Amino acid sequence: MTTKMFGAPVQRNEDPRLLTGKGRFVDDFESGAYGAAFLRSDFGHARILSIDTSEALALDGVYGVYTHADLEGLLSEPLPLLIPSPNLFAPRTQYALAKEEVCYVGEVVAMVVARDRYVAEDAVGLIFVDYEPLPVASDLEGASLPDAPVVHSDMPDNVSGRATEEKGDVDSAMASAAHVFEWRFEIERAAAMPMETRGVVANYDHRTGSLLLHDSTQAPTGVRGGLAQLFGLDPDSVHVVAPDVGGGFGMKVIQFYPEEVMVAWASRKLGHPVKWIEDRREDFVGSNHERGQVHHIKVAADTDGRILAMDVKFINDAGAYCSYGLIIPIVTAAQIQGPYKIENFRYEYRNIFTNKVPTSPYRGAGRPQAVYVMERVMDKVAGELGIDRAEIRRRNFIGPDEFPYEVGVAWQDGGNVVYDSGEYEKGLDVLLEALDYEAFLTEQKEAREHGRLLGLGFGCYVEGTGIGPYEGAVIKILNDGTVNVAIAVGTQGQGHETVFAQIVADELGVAVDAVKLVSGDTRRLGYGVGTFASRSAVVAGNAVHKAAQTVKLKAAEVASRSLEVAVEDLVFADGRVHVDGAPDVGIPLGQLAIISNPLRYAFGKESEEAVLLAQRAYAGSDRPLPEGTSPGLEATEFFSPTAGVFAFGTHAAIVEIDHDTCNMKILRYVVHHDCGKVINPMIVDGQVQGGVAQGIGGAFFEKFEYDDEGQLTNASFMDFLIPYATEIPALELHHTETPSPLNPLGIKGVGEAGTIPGAAVIANAVSDALGQPIDTMPLSPLKLFELMHPGHQEA
Amino acid sequence: MTEKRKISLTVNGESREVDVEPRWLLSDVLRHELGLTGTHVGCEHGVCGCCTVLIDGAPARSCLALAVTIDGSEITTVEGIAEEDGRLHPLQESFQKHHGLQCGFCTPGFLMTAMPFWADAEDMTDDELRKEISGQLCRCTGYSGILASIRGAAAIARERQGER
Ligand code: FES
Ligand code: FES
Repeated sequence: MTTKMFGAPVQRNEDPRLLTGKGRFVDDFESGAYGAAFLRSDFGHARILSIDTSEALALDGVYGVYTHADLEGLLSEPLPLLIPSPNLFAPRTQYALAKEEVCYVGEVVAMVVARDRYVAEDAVGLIFVDYEPLPVASDLEGASLPDAPVVHSDMPDNVSGRATEEKGDVDSAMASAAHVFEWRFEIERAAAMPMETRGVVANYDHRTGSLLLHDSTQAPTGVRGGLAQLFGLDPDSVHVVAPDVGGGFGMKVIQFYPEEVMVAWASRKLGHPVKWIEDRREDFVGSNHERGQVHHIKVAADTDGRILAMDVKFINDAGAYCSYGLIIPIVTAAQIQGPYKIENFRYEYRNIFTNKVPTSPYRGAGRPQAVYVMERVMDKVAGELGIDRAEIRRRNFIGPDEFPYEVGVAWQDGGNVVYDSGEYEKGLDVLLEALDYEAFLTEQKEAREHGRLLGLGFGCYVEGTGIGPYEGAVIKILNDGTVNVAIAVGTQGQGHETVFAQIVADELGVAVDAVKLVSGDTRRLGYGVGTFASRSAVVAGNAVHKAAQTVKLKAAEVASRSLEVAVEDLVFADGRVHVDGAPDVGIPLGQLAIISNPLRYAFGKESEEAVLLAQRAYAGSDRPLPEGTSPGLEATEFFSPTAGVFAFGTHAAIVEIDHDTCNMKILRYVVHHDCGKVINPMIVDGQVQGGVAQGIGGAFFEKFEYDDEGQLTNASFMDFLIPYATEIPALELHHTETPSPLNPLGIKGVGEAGTIPGAAVIANAVSDALGQPIDTMPLSPLKLFELMHPGHQEA
Repeated sequence: MTEKRKISLTVNGESREVDVEPRWLLSDVLRHELGLTGTHVGCEHGVCGCCTVLIDGAPARSCLALAVTIDGSEITTVEGIAEEDGRLHPLQESFQKHHGLQCGFCTPGFLMTAMPFWADAEDMTDDELRKEISGQLCRCTGYSGILASIRGAAAIARERQGER
């Protein structure tokens, strides 16, 4: 009997390729393509008076220089609004090339296509733009004020959308509560910064009228549909491939970035492949950011620390455009209650334009802010009332018997947020035990007596994952027994070629490495949504499972006819189908594939046998292909979840602050995490570990330094600090498995969980260490210095 | 600036002649002229380490070297480290075993950086090993898998020795 692969720490199918330099990333395609480069705005806000491209055009090796004046039809209009909403009353999306106004530093103004990227960049330096600078709204809070400079000259203010909801009766609950507190919290921008920047290679073939795009995107199907429409092409002639993607973390899911459409357009115009690979500076100023929010919180508690009511008002930094609609503030508002039961709750948010890089979901997507605010609130209420910080959380958790739990606010898919399952208190207990919490409290007391600044911080979270609408899978058994699987979602390092293979391996009784998965290639599967929102394992995983079951049934029927035994008496194991109790009487899967499509083309003895078996298999039927069957062992299935599924966990960090350097050292970082049924624990651990590193990075190292003019003054890895191995501690990981009742595999997503509580954990730990509130994030040694030496603030 | 010059390199043990413009980066020449796309470019300003190759045996950032300046050198890239029989190098195998990679974009840089010292890594302290790779960025793994991979390579090499 084959051992079960689901749940095993199986080594990854994709690794040998990636380890030997045979990975195929976007820049590895079309080495003969022309090189593209873009001229970007140097101004946070300005009117374009004129653009002179003549010198650039005259440069040897330059094939095209384009500005908005060269664009026609749909392409001359603003790029599409991906997620409209009635609450988004003033959406603005950018043009593929800026029209009359630029609204952030980095906005694309002109495009050059040349012999290679070197020449293209030379030519970019020869384009002269006459700008009239306009007032800049750089700071989020400043931009939200009534008299702020406007980000878009055609708007009266900078508010693009607003929403509010209430459950219970917040005002009366506040009026009668024992304690009411008001606090302000701020969290600044952060960004994905994948090691592979964005990139697009387009090849338009004039003879066939077809377009093939290799795009470092998380959503190739959407890019394909959009481009077909934009260029008026038959969608069957447009194909988009997301090859190996060197990390995306949400940032690569936006369609459209201007470069995506411009590169495709230029290839069509020039009749030659065109390539653009973003450089790192472009990534800083041209790829979306997230996170910037300011919250004003009013919270009511009883004397036991139970939260009776909460009123949340926040503004969200949209950046200059909002093609992704209101998703970030929607998620923040919907998830801020976290694992806690709050009977009376109200939120109101405003989505504010600023003259900075647009924002869209980055790993965590609105949740890191929500968790940061909620967990600071928990710590602060605990502090005010003199209650232990673990205890106050315990008192407020939703109980294990309260699921499904109606959170009482709207979710991003338009429905209500309903938690499917959870064991929050059990999770906290696992964490406390791992921490040896009581011992820490004693140790901390002693440490303080010696003047050491030791602190512990918690961060509890619930993460909505696995949203619809659907994903699909195509599974085909080949004549040699290999099982080909195609899914529409791309990969960005999550091990799709392995985890989905594990599901198939169990179903069909084959080895994991006999399953070859292709992801994110619209030539293989055109219907799908994308890899984001921690949804691939849940939605595509269940589609793969379904398709494997269908193929299995097909194979069983063919085997049943060939072996003349009932379907129920067949066993799938070791790449064969055999009769239960008689392992010798069976047929290899590959041979079954030939039998199911018995053409006289095949080579080899196995095929000859298969043709004979096929004759037998079809003997009882009136035709070679019995009515209701189809040739080949192939199936396509889709899975559409009824609702999102909610993973959860608690992280804790123990930190020590150095008196002299004001640096923070993380002494321990302990994780409790629950994402339902785990397909591959090694990969889940990897997702959590990588996520935590991004959470820590965002909390203490990575900070965008924007000045008042909207200039990003630290747009390089020299100045913007992503943690190295020297900054990230070894983690201690602990899991529980609370299955989701909403899908057959019982799984929940894991992609973002590690990152979500990062800001909360670090803020709470540092606050505990210093005995000071940490209500603005991120931190840095400099910021800690200012907190520890209040007199020196101006120094 | 665009007039080409011929340079000769020994790349993964093979002599190659290539016409390069003086301003071309070694990373571009390897990737686009010699077709060795395993070397990746993450920043082009010398900070991420994705582009690390061995130049005359020592790790170096191919995005910071102009190809024309290293005429006559010996280069090893990630394509050139597997065993002659095609088996993965012990360090490569260890990365698979210890989940040292997710997207795999930074991986060639880590492999090439660790080439000179992997055999001694199991005796290094955690701090020492972290410092050894503190010029390499990875955005996916949080580094723990990478550290375990480098540390675990010597054991794999020993096992193989035993097999012989
Ligand atoms: S690409 Fe060379 S160091 Fe980043
Ligand atoms: S594995 Fe993706 S950057 Fe390291």
